[in-house]
Amino acid sequence: MRPENFIFLRSLMRQHAGVLLEEGKEYLVLARLGPLARRESWGSVDELISHLRSRPNGELRRQVAEAMVTTETSFFRDVHPFQTLKDVIFPDLIERRAGSRTLRIWSAACAAGQEAYSVAMLLKEHFGDLPGWHVRIVASDVSSAMIERAKLGSYSQLEINRGVPSHLLTRHFERDGLQWRVNEDIRQMVDFRQINLATPFPPLPEMDIIFARNVLIYFDENTRREVLRRLAGNLRKDGYLFVGGAETMIAYSDLFYRLQIDRTSCYRPRR
Amino acid sequence: MRVLVIDDSRAMRSILSKIMSEIGFDVVAAAHGREGLERLREDDGIGLVLVDWNLPEMNGYEFVQAVRADPAYDDVRLIMVSTETERERVLKALDAGVDEYVMKPFTRATIVEKLAFLGLADG
Ligand SMILES: C[S@@+](CC[C@H](N)C(=O)[O-])C[C@H]1O[C@@H](n2cnc3c(N)ncnc32)[C@H](O)[C@@H]1O
Repeated sequence: MRPENFIFLRSLMRQHAGVLLEEGKEYLVLARLGPLARRESWGSVDELISHLRSRPNGELRRQVAEAMVTTETSFFRDVHPFQTLKDVIFPDLIERRAGSRTLRIWSAACAAGQEAYSVAMLLKEHFGDLPGWHVRIVASDVSSAMIERAKLGSYSQLEINRGVPSHLLTRHFERDGLQWRVNEDIRQMVDFRQINLATPFPPLPEMDIIFARNVLIYFDENTRREVLRRLAGNLRKDGYLFVGGAETMIAYSDLFYRLQIDRTSCYRPRR
Repeated sequence: MRVLVIDDSRAMRSILSKIMSEIGFDVVAAAHGREGLERLREDDGIGLVLVDWNLPEMNGYEFVQAVRADPAYDDVRLIMVSTETERERVLKALDAGVDEYVMKPFTRATIVEKLAFLGLADG
C-alpha cells in the first residue's frame, strides 16, 4: 500500500480512537479494509484511502476506523472472571449496597454485547430479580455498528456454541431463524450507548463494576493512561475493574491497585 | 481421565479423538449407542462421554437415558454433540441428563470451553 496512505490512516486511527497503528502493519490494514473496499466497490484499499484523503467524508471515515479494530468476543469470555463475580463479587456488592440497593455495571467495549448479556444472565440466574433493587448494566462501544448488533441481541450458532452453557441457552434464548436471540427480560437489563473511551466520557453514574477487557491494547501509551485515569474516576472506590487476561496494569499502579480473587485479577482505584 | 467418543462417522470420531487427546484425555471410541454402552461397561476408567444424537442401533438420546438410568454411572459426565440445533432438542437432551450440548459444526475452542464449564479443562 502507498506510504502516504498508511501515514494518513495512522493519524486517522489516532484521532478517531487513540488507536496505535504500528509501522509495518500494512498487511493488517489490507486484511481489515479489504472487505470494506470490496463492499463499497473500490478497486483497492489504496483507492479507498486516497479517496478519503481527497474528500473528507465522516461516514466513510467512521467505517474505515471501525473496520480496523477487532471485535472478537464471546459469552462468558475466559470463564473464571464470571465465576468470581458469582462467588465473591456480587455477594460482596449486594451486602455493601444494601443501603442504596443500587448496582451499576459498565461493559465499556462491549462489541456485539456478549459481555453485558453474560453479566445479565449471571445476575438473573444466581441472584434472581433482586426485588426492590435498581440494577443497570451500561454497554458501550466506539462502533455504532456494534452497538446496533448488541441491541438486537441476535447471535449465530457459532457465537452461541462458544461460551453459552446449554442450560442458559435454553432458558435465556429463543431461536430466530438460524440465529439465537437473547430473551427480552435479559435485553431490558442493558442500556446501550455509543462511547469512545479515548475522548472524555459523557456524564455517567459512578460504577460498581467496569469491564474494559481487550480494548486497552489498541491504545498508545498516553491514551491508555488517560483512559484508565477516566475509568478510575468513574469507578466507586470499593468497585471492581476488569481488564483482559493478557493485559498488564503494572505501569498504572499509581491509578489502580490489584485484588487477586481466586484465579481472577481485578483492580480498585486509588483515592 | 478417559473419554468415550461415540459417533457413526469415522471422520467425526477422528476429529473429536484428536481434540480430546491433545487436551490430555485417553480416548476410546464407538460407532453407535449399543457399542458405547459395552465400552462403558467394560471400562470403569471412563469419566466422560461425547455422544452424537443420530446413531444406528441405539441413538444418542437412548444412550443417555440408559446411562442415566444406572446409578453406577452417576459420576460419568455426558456431552451431546449433534447437528440437531432446535431449542427443544437441547432441552430434551438436558432433561434426559446430559451435562452439556455442542451444536455441530463446532471448533476446538468450543469443546475446550464446554469442558471448562464442567471443570474438566482450563478455560
Ligand atoms: C476485542 S473486542 C473486546 C470485547 C469484549 N470487551 C471482550 O473482552 O471480549 C474490542 C472492542 O473494543 C472496541 N473499541 C476499540 N476502540 C475503542 C474506543 N476507543 N472506545 C470504545 N471502544 C473501542 C471495538 O469496537 C471492539 O468492539
